[in-house]
Amino acid sequence: MKANGVQHKKDPGGHITVQDLTMMYGNFVIQHDLNFTIPRGDIFIIMGGSGCGKSTLLRHMIGLKAPARGRVLFDDISYWESSSAEQQRIKRSFGMSFQSGALWSSLTLAENVALPLGEYTDLTAADIAEVVSLKLSLVGLAGFEEFYPSEISGGMQKRAALARAIALDPEILFFDEPSAGLDPISSRRLDDLILELRDSLGTTIVVVTHELASIFTIGDNAVFLDAETRTMIAIGNPRTLRDGSPNPVVRQFLNRGEL
Amino acid sequence: MPGQLSLQFHSPDDLRVVLAGSWLLVDSLPSADDVALQLQSRSDVHRLSFDGKAITQWDSGLLIFLARVYQLASEGRIHVDPGGLPEGARRMMKLATAVPPQEDTGKHSKPPPVLERIGLRSLSMWRAGPEMLHFLGEVTLSFGRLFRGTAQYRRSDLMLIIEDVGAHALPIVSLISFLVGLIVAYMGAVQLAQFGAQIYIANLVSLGMTREMGALMTGVIMAGRTGAAFAAQLGTMQVNEEIDAFRTLGFNPIDFLVLPRMLALILMMPLLVLYAGIVGITAGMFVAVTVFDISTFEYYQQTVRSMAWSHIWVGVIKGTVYGMLIAFAGCLRGMQCGRSAQAVGEATTSAVVTGILFIVIAASLLTILFQELGI
Ligand SMILES: Nc1ncnc2c1ncn2[C@@H]1O[C@H](COP(=O)(O)OP(=O)(O)O)[C@@H](O)[C@H]1O
Ligand SMILES: [Mg+2]
Repeated sequence: MKANGVQHKKDPGGHITVQDLTMMYGNFVIQHDLNFTIPRGDIFIIMGGSGCGKSTLLRHMIGLKAPARGRVLFDDISYWESSSAEQQRIKRSFGMSFQSGALWSSLTLAENVALPLGEYTDLTAADIAEVVSLKLSLVGLAGFEEFYPSEISGGMQKRAALARAIALDPEILFFDEPSAGLDPISSRRLDDLILELRDSLGTTIVVVTHELASIFTIGDNAVFLDAETRTMIAIGNPRTLRDGSPNPVVRQFLNRGEL
Repeated sequence: MPGQLSLQFHSPDDLRVVLAGSWLLVDSLPSADDVALQLQSRSDVHRLSFDGKAITQWDSGLLIFLARVYQLASEGRIHVDPGGLPEGARRMMKLATAVPPQEDTGKHSKPPPVLERIGLRSLSMWRAGPEMLHFLGEVTLSFGRLFRGTAQYRRSDLMLIIEDVGAHALPIVSLISFLVGLIVAYMGAVQLAQFGAQIYIANLVSLGMTREMGALMTGVIMAGRTGAAFAAQLGTMQVNEEIDAFRTLGFNPIDFLVLPRMLALILMMPLLVLYAGIVGITAGMFVAVTVFDISTFEYYQQTVRSMAWSHIWVGVIKGTVYGMLIAFAGCLRGMQCGRSAQAVGEATTSAVVTGILFIVIAASLLTILFQELGI
């Protein structure tokens, strides 16, 4: 949570490194031999057809699922080879918004955002309430503090989940299809928010998304997972990949199916 | 250096908020109350500006301070000039204020007064009756369609549920019936032995297990095991909008989900009750033979002599009725479930409570009925 708003600079080293990662469910290989490095302060896009393993890759990166082979490193510390206290410390630097929102259904939106603040900071109840309002207004949900997740729309649930993910000003944010189900204006505001979080707080952001407009607006780097060969077939800046990737599958994806 | 705040007057109507140091949420930060005080004492302030050049680092801590100052300014109709703030903070504040707070959300944060709560509570209890009758009606119609062969449900679902409520319940039913048989036999035998009438253990156990205890114990087990499972399954489907998906596709969720569950339990309960009776009688024999020196053959003879088909029928009919009620309570609560994890928990609890309540009421009524009929 050490944000250095004003003098923020990208440091050249990798914040997150994925090494020779192979992911399996049982004996079924989802993706194999993934290798990439995400620099601090990067907005990194994971893309690929649906069912190719994007959500599964995120689950490996946030420590919900152990790799079948390979390693995931944060600042050169291998997550799965660390002690559980160390793992806990690393996890504290994450914020995650799940594909389906995953808000706690028995808590109001305010309580959802407040829960991590109450557990992990020494803030007073009044301060927490202010942070909660701020986070909810950042995602355009000011005034909905007292609503339960079942009382708001799917798109609003998605945004509330984002507010919860950014509650602790985490160093790394993971978003699983954050703009699916949002109207174009909310989706655009979300892109602005993601860029702003990176620019002003220096947050490293990993986004799974299909939204081409969003990929080109926010993405510094992107990896393309292929369902056919079950591995990554392209990595780099998405605009460069769109115009000059040697792989026709990638060019097709980034040009909406037109070559 | 932790965050610091000082206030200067640039010109008489222009208050400048000078910020310095590190404005992180984890630090103890100056509060916006000083700004509020200044604004209150000087009603001629028309402009608020910032000087943030000396801020070393910041996060949400700075933003909540600014949000508070912005709010104070808007209350006092004071123009805010964010120019002196760090670039990023300025843009974040712009994002945070881009969508104005929703005023009329139709949400009352204050709980209603006591009288109103009592009223609401009574109304909801009053409505529970018709709701239950409505569900009963739907289930009856669904059974009507089943007999006419037009009910839409999957035979394979029915088979799976039958396996789950029948075969998979055998271990727990065996254990409980064996223990109940054991207890009835032992408690009875101690008393009967005082008159040298141990042989009547057989009558006590066979009658008790077939007429009452077999059905009752199986009913209670199934309410906890299967009634709860039904409510949890249907409740979770309600949360995930799966039941709405059935409706939109033109399937009747009662036919598709409730009918096979009711049917499975109605078919399996009589078998389980018979089985519980046999296990209980075996347990009685075990006690009689090992503790009270009665031979297996004698016990068998006495059991056969004391039994009548009517006892078996009474037990089986009771069991079937209990089964129907358990499945009804479980499915009713599941279908009524709200849309949260909490609601699923409440539905499950309520299914078990309602199921056992139904069983107790039915047990009393049926006992009186059979008594009157002289069966
Ligand atoms: N819990 C699971 N058990 C087995 N296979 C799974 C599980 N979750 C996902 N899969 C499989 O893994 C693949 C990738 O899933 P996922 O990562 O959710 O895809 P997406 O790229 O759309 O997010 C899919 O083919 C899916 O069938
Ligand atoms: Mg996914």
